[in-house]
Amino acid sequence: MSNTAAPNPVILFFAAIGRPVIAAFAAIGHVTLFALHTIRKALTPPWYPLRLFEQMFQIGWASLPVVALTAIFTGAALAQQIYTGGSRFNAQSTVPAIVVIAMVRELGPVLVGLMVAGRVSSAMAAEIGTMRVTEQIDAMVTLRTDPYRYLIAPRLFASVITLPILVCIANVIGIFGGYLLSIYKLGFNPANYLTMTADILEFDDIMMSLVKAAVFGFFIALSGCYAGLTTRGGAAGVGRATTNAVVGAFILILLSNLIVTLTAFG
Amino acid sequence: MSDQPKIELRNVSKAFGSNHVLRDVSFSVTPGESMTVIGGSGSGKSVMLKCILGLMDVDGGQIFVDGADVCAMKQADRDDVRTKFGMLFQGGALFDSLPVWRNVTFALTSGRYRNSGEMRKVALDNLERVGLGEEVLELRPSELSGGMQKRVALARAIAPRPEIIFFDEPTTGLDPIRTDVINRLILELVRDLGITALTITHDMGSVEKISDRVAMLYDGRIIWSGPVGDLRRSGDVHVDQFVMGHADGPIA
Ligand SMILES: Nc1ncnc2c1ncn2[C@@H]1O[C@H](COP(=O)(O)OP(=O)(O)O)[C@@H](O)[C@H]1O
Ligand SMILES: [Mg+2]
Repeated sequence: MSNTAAPNPVILFFAAIGRPVIAAFAAIGHVTLFALHTIRKALTPPWYPLRLFEQMFQIGWASLPVVALTAIFTGAALAQQIYTGGSRFNAQSTVPAIVVIAMVRELGPVLVGLMVAGRVSSAMAAEIGTMRVTEQIDAMVTLRTDPYRYLIAPRLFASVITLPILVCIANVIGIFGGYLLSIYKLGFNPANYLTMTADILEFDDIMMSLVKAAVFGFFIALSGCYAGLTTRGGAAGVGRATTNAVVGAFILILLSNLIVTLTAFG
Repeated sequence: MSDQPKIELRNVSKAFGSNHVLRDVSFSVTPGESMTVIGGSGSGKSVMLKCILGLMDVDGGQIFVDGADVCAMKQADRDDVRTKFGMLFQGGALFDSLPVWRNVTFALTSGRYRNSGEMRKVALDNLERVGLGEEVLELRPSELSGGMQKRVALARAIAPRPEIIFFDEPTTGLDPIRTDVINRLILELVRDLGITALTITHDMGSVEKISDRVAMLYDGRIIWSGPVGDLRRSGDVHVDQFVMGHADGPIA
């Protein structure tokens, strides 16, 4: 080092940009390989249906209260916003239509995805990460059990199956929140409101909701499991893994949401 | 056939970045013997075991198990070879979400809930071998003392009746009496079950009690190996310093 010339600032500049970009691509590559590896393993037995149900329960049932609360408050707030905004051009009557479209196509999947990511990605990363740093994963391999089949695949599939169910529930509760506010505060006619809601809702809206939910479910578990399995360095490492899992899941959810939306309308 | 080593390492090397943990490790373990590898903390003993088990990939060299080069194998074949091994991890590595009996029978069911009644019996058989009884069957690992955890981990490692068993610092952190209990268990397992044992430790008392042969790992190489009786007249200054436990000497 001592006999080299002073570092070229231009090179330093590009190095500073290049390093994180390369690291990001490397991470994407690693996570992709990890996902493919898990799916390939999951295609052949042994399978662990009990682990799958256990995870579906953990992800789904335990997330219900927070999902229901988020949905009902958001649906109600949405109705009020559309009513106030719509009144500027005499379009108050669009409340039921816009509530249902916004909820089903966008807010239901994204809000549920983010709430569940906060709960589930972090929990998966902490659990698997602790198992990693205490050598339980290594022990599992020496005990003739594949951690990809036993730990990772059930979480991945449980999440993909459960998220659409949660999102359906959130959609219904969100629409109901908008309905309640519209009936009791904004003075809508209950029967009219429901008819307008049913009329505007199309099969495509529901499909988009479910596709998004399944994709988000995949990324939630993927981020949590990958961060957990690659944990290094004791308790501090587990803490880092937990944070990385949630941040990773948030980014993947918001990015894939945009991609799915653009693909559907592109 | 009988002089084929159970395990043989040839010029094995392994580095983590610039940290060259194993530089050139060669030694062999003959069937049915109890071999011990000694070496300071951080000298790469655990890494060496993980390389043999295929939990880590080596950078160079070859590892033979019953004459087959495991490093050149496909993953599925390597998984098959791994069923010959049992391992007692340094910290026990018990599954803290499962009760003791499910821990002990984990390898037999591949982690599934199967034949619970029969599996409890199998678990009890193996627990009795390590001096534990029915009262621990339903407990969680976190409810056990450190010494009991080690014993449960030992029962778990022997439950599938492996041909080879690795003990990673089996007595570290135990009081002298529990240390002796574990040492005796290891001896019994090797003698009674005919298991080939490879133990890693830096506890000299254990070394002299349980080993047939000893090797010393230092600076990424096996610098000495021989029968346990020769340990105190190895003629190697590093071995002498380690055996005597002197702070002054060639090992910094
Ligand atoms: N997974 C790993 N990644 C990076 N370095 C590691 C890893 N495992 C072990 N090491 C390093 O290898 C060296 C030897 O570790 P180890 O084999 O655990 O020592 P010991 O002889 O005490 O069992 C240490 O310096 C440790 O930091
Ligand atoms: Mg060690």
